[in-house]
Amino acid sequence: MSKSLLHINGLTKAYPGVVANDDVSFNIDAGEIHALLGENGAGKSTLVKMIYGLVRPDHGAMQLAGKNFSPAEPRAARAAGVAMVFQHFSLFEALSVAENIALGMETPPKSNALSARITEVSQAYGLPLDPERLVGDLSAGERQRVEIIRCLLQEPKLLIMDEPTSVLTPQEVTTLFTTLRKLKAEGTSILYISHKLEEIRALCETATILRGGKKVATCDPRKKSARELAEMMVGGTLNSAKAKKTTLGEVVLKVSELSLPPQSAFGTSLKNIAFQLHKGEILGIGGVAGNGQDELLACLSGEVKTTGDAIQLNGVSLGNMLPNVRRALGVLAAPEERLGHAAAPDMSLTENAMLTAMTRQNLSKSGFLDWPRAKAFAEQVISQFDVRTPGPQSAARSLSGGNLQKFVIGREVLQDPEVLIVNQPTWGVDAAAAADIRQALLDLATKGAAVIVISQDLDELMEISTSFAALNTGRLSTARPMAELSLDEIGLLLGGADAAA
Amino acid sequence: MLRLEKRPDPSKTWGYLAPVLAVIATMIGGGVMFALLGKDPFEAIRTIFYDPLFSEFAWYYRPQLLIKGAPLILIAIGLSMGFRAGIWNIGAEGQYIIGAICGAGAALAVYPLESALVFPVMILCGAIGGFAWSMIPAILKIKFGTNEILVSLMLVYVAEQLLASMSLGLMKNPEGFGFPGSRNLQQYASAHNAELWTGTGIHLGVVFALIAVIFSYIMLARHQMGFHIRLTGESPKAAKFAGVNPNKVVIYCLGFSGALAGLAGMFEVAGPSGQISIDFNVGYGFTAIIVAFLGRLDPFGILLAGLLMALTYIGGEIAQSSLGLPSAAIQAFQGMLLFFLLALDMLTNFKIKRTNTEVRI
Amino acid sequence: MDLSAISPTLLVASLMVAATPILLAAIGELVVEKSGVLNLGVEGMMITGAISGFAAAVLTGSPMIGFLCAALGGAALSVIFAIITQYFLSNQVATGLALTLFGLGLSAMLGQSYVGIKPPASVKLDLPLVSDIPVIGPILFSHDFTVYAALTLVTGVWWFLKYTRGGLILRAVGESHDAAHALGYKVVRVRILAIMFGGACAGLGGAALSLVRVPQWTEGMTAGAGWIALAIVVFASWKPARVLLGAYLFGGVAVLQLNLQAAGVSIPVEYLSMSPYLITIVVLVVMSANRSKSALNAPAALGRVFHASR
Repeated sequence: MSKSLLHINGLTKAYPGVVANDDVSFNIDAGEIHALLGENGAGKSTLVKMIYGLVRPDHGAMQLAGKNFSPAEPRAARAAGVAMVFQHFSLFEALSVAENIALGMETPPKSNALSARITEVSQAYGLPLDPERLVGDLSAGERQRVEIIRCLLQEPKLLIMDEPTSVLTPQEVTTLFTTLRKLKAEGTSILYISHKLEEIRALCETATILRGGKKVATCDPRKKSARELAEMMVGGTLNSAKAKKTTLGEVVLKVSELSLPPQSAFGTSLKNIAFQLHKGEILGIGGVAGNGQDELLACLSGEVKTTGDAIQLNGVSLGNMLPNVRRALGVLAAPEERLGHAAAPDMSLTENAMLTAMTRQNLSKSGFLDWPRAKAFAEQVISQFDVRTPGPQSAARSLSGGNLQKFVIGREVLQDPEVLIVNQPTWGVDAAAAADIRQALLDLATKGAAVIVISQDLDELMEISTSFAALNTGRLSTARPMAELSLDEIGLLLGGADAAA
Repeated sequence: MLRLEKRPDPSKTWGYLAPVLAVIATMIGGGVMFALLGKDPFEAIRTIFYDPLFSEFAWYYRPQLLIKGAPLILIAIGLSMGFRAGIWNIGAEGQYIIGAICGAGAALAVYPLESALVFPVMILCGAIGGFAWSMIPAILKIKFGTNEILVSLMLVYVAEQLLASMSLGLMKNPEGFGFPGSRNLQQYASAHNAELWTGTGIHLGVVFALIAVIFSYIMLARHQMGFHIRLTGESPKAAKFAGVNPNKVVIYCLGFSGALAGLAGMFEVAGPSGQISIDFNVGYGFTAIIVAFLGRLDPFGILLAGLLMALTYIGGEIAQSSLGLPSAAIQAFQGMLLFFLLALDMLTNFKIKRTNTEVRI
Repeated sequence: MDLSAISPTLLVASLMVAATPILLAAIGELVVEKSGVLNLGVEGMMITGAISGFAAAVLTGSPMIGFLCAALGGAALSVIFAIITQYFLSNQVATGLALTLFGLGLSAMLGQSYVGIKPPASVKLDLPLVSDIPVIGPILFSHDFTVYAALTLVTGVWWFLKYTRGGLILRAVGESHDAAHALGYKVVRVRILAIMFGGACAGLGGAALSLVRVPQWTEGMTAGAGWIALAIVVFASWKPARVLLGAYLFGGVAVLQLNLQAAGVSIPVEYLSMSPYLITIVVLVVMSANRSKSALNAPAALGRVFHASR
């Protein structure tokens, strides 16, 4: 099969200060799984938004099945047979599965007929779903099924999938791949966006690689090594973070019987979490988002109080202390959401330095704030962590994701923590910044601090952690040395299988 | 087609320019409104903005500027703290009334005792009255998560009924020949909030307004509490992460604005107004909301905005008597000012761009 | 004091009339909030509707034209809010307050020459025989048409939100504007239409006050009715049927306290007049106390500014 389905010719889209796509051309054949590979910021999402009609190109043209194709809005794209599974932002939590699916269709059938169709299609593709459930009550994997079925009901010619595996366990990934291969066999083309090289090598027969908005190459990923692909994607050789050999010290942080009821309508509860953290240890906590990661971080940072004894630092009960008291004792944290949680978007970097460093850096005297010192501290973070910004007076929102994340991590690391907890430290961050951040965490542990890294990125955890535990529906598996675990075992832990639990 | 593009950093220039442009736009919009009412727009605008300051009777109007401006500034300073934190006390009118009732009540209770202690006690009672009234929405918000906007507003109507009840009952002047309204505090030396220098319009309330401006500036710029208030408004989650106790912020913001509104009411009843009467309140509590926004929630901005708004009040009164402009026209005029300001505020955070609509296929 | 003068039948019948202005405004605001927009300008739109309806009815002699103009007046005012919040991306709380302040001033200005005039009588249902049936007749079959119009509107909104695609899209936009935008729905357009519908309803509510309930024009005559309508939407946890319940409850309180005043109960008039506001507060507290239940129904994007960045 080599009939061309979608022909993309010279697509260009510029935003002020950045050319998101520069003269990109390639072909997607009918019945082909075509990978779109690139780093964060390489222009992948702009490109698919143009195909899906969310963004109009400045120049260039597309042909779909031999006809000119220039969708003015997603509706037009859907009508032409293009469907898209989004990474975020396309489900409505308070609406039912059936309502969510109806919203993604042009002419949905009556509600009874629709429910029947959902059940039918979901079973045919091995993706069971109850049409009447509220999406807010579903797990990440189930939510993705909603999106996929929403697309499948329209019998698309081209299915676009944006980073579909980032929220899935290895086992769920296998199920997804089976579904996708089945679709391919039925003649549907799939444009598969990812930055995970092994996945692409396992699934796709063609890959187009973008870097800095330009197409670098179109190749057969099965015939390239992961390293070759990575170098095309990054445009050079990559430094991976290197751990120095460390020996674990005594126990610093002891968490036992930590439980928490759900904090909101669709929140996760924490159930009886227990672990011990040693000096120099990096504990990687893996798991799919929404399994209690945010709640765990909030309990450790002090945003949510628990029973006093549940969290102990060197024998001192912390569980019912305020965040600043914990900071004074040496427990620091960096939450996942950079803008609006770890940092206030419209405030300057100086003010954002004040946000967590007030106690440990002595920036406040009897309630009055020492702004010159806060500014000096912000400047120190900026220079030591290579944060690209005009200066500490810039608003946090003006920084790119990677730079802001470096600032947020740097702000905590430079306060010399005894225990540092970070949640998704490199999510949505470019590869160079991600490597810097991982190195900083490793260096911190080498110096004797204890670090908890909560992440969905298994590669990252395998690279830097000394021990590993998985978080599943609010339960934490027993922490085990990373070196003892195989990928299969990790997958099973993520799925909730834990002999000790 | 025009398109909005978010600026990386908020623009300082537009921060200053927006209120000025809004005033100019309101003059134009107001002029059109006055023309539709059959008045000469130029004369009306001149009467409102120029005459109080520079006409031959300006000697009478200029002190009025301070007398009308002081309560507006006092209340707006209090409100601005809350607005910065995303806590919307819009019931300042009620807190103003309760402050006046408590302040006057303290004086009437000891009448005709003459003592230097009477006035300080009144000040205290006025502030406590406004504070207590604002604690109702504050505590309900903390305990039950009740919306403070609706509660504080409902309490305005309750306070108005209390005011009516007081002026017809408990506080009615026994020597008032049956007319509603309390004794006139201007005739009770110990309780009279008199001008500190005759003919200047400066009474103790004006001094308090200035102190409030400076206090609030120091608070917001230099103090931990002010930082926490700003942080709460910018991003409640980041504030929680920084260790801010949201309940404390609610109590502080509502309490501070309530106390200042109560003070404003007390100074008004003991001075310019003189007595508790059914129509004692004239909407300062609501106009102060406009003042707070026009001043960009900045203490010194509020000082200027309060004076400007006082000017429109006085100018409006002149226009009412000399041009027959309806008094409500000024209220609409003030509302219009807030519209323009809110619309132009966008320019501090967004740039307007011309979009490239051509798509070559 | 003579409490026996209060007839339960008349009480129920008159509470339906008393509740109608609030009911109209509240059902409009419900639609606005379901689309994710918080418009605190209900009071301003209501009173603008009250005067535009009143003036039009007096000028033309037709109450129907009055109601039409009231709806147009309320909608016209809401367009200002729509433009400033949807295109100029202003803070919805502040803009809603501005709308109320502006509406109060504007209405007082427009209404100067209408103080003390009696408007033409509105159409009242009067079915021979049926309307004369004791108890049921006065309660069900002899009201002003606005009472029935409001009930129809509530039913219509309920049906629209639950069963139509337009209703589903409206709810989706209010739930997550980013997701709705990603699916290609016109968030701003949906919201502007909702805001205008809310404005028209508030305007009608105002006219129901000035043409039917009072019927007269006085400055500031809404006296917080618009704010109570906002409270009722919260009370109803965004469900149309419960808006009806809430409005009739408040209508009942208002009518009862008036009746008590007339019956000469030994409570001072001022304290009776406070009661609707105090009861509003109590109800708000009770509703917010069991937050988890009502939160499920609250539109998740309520009051948040939408800007499609790229």
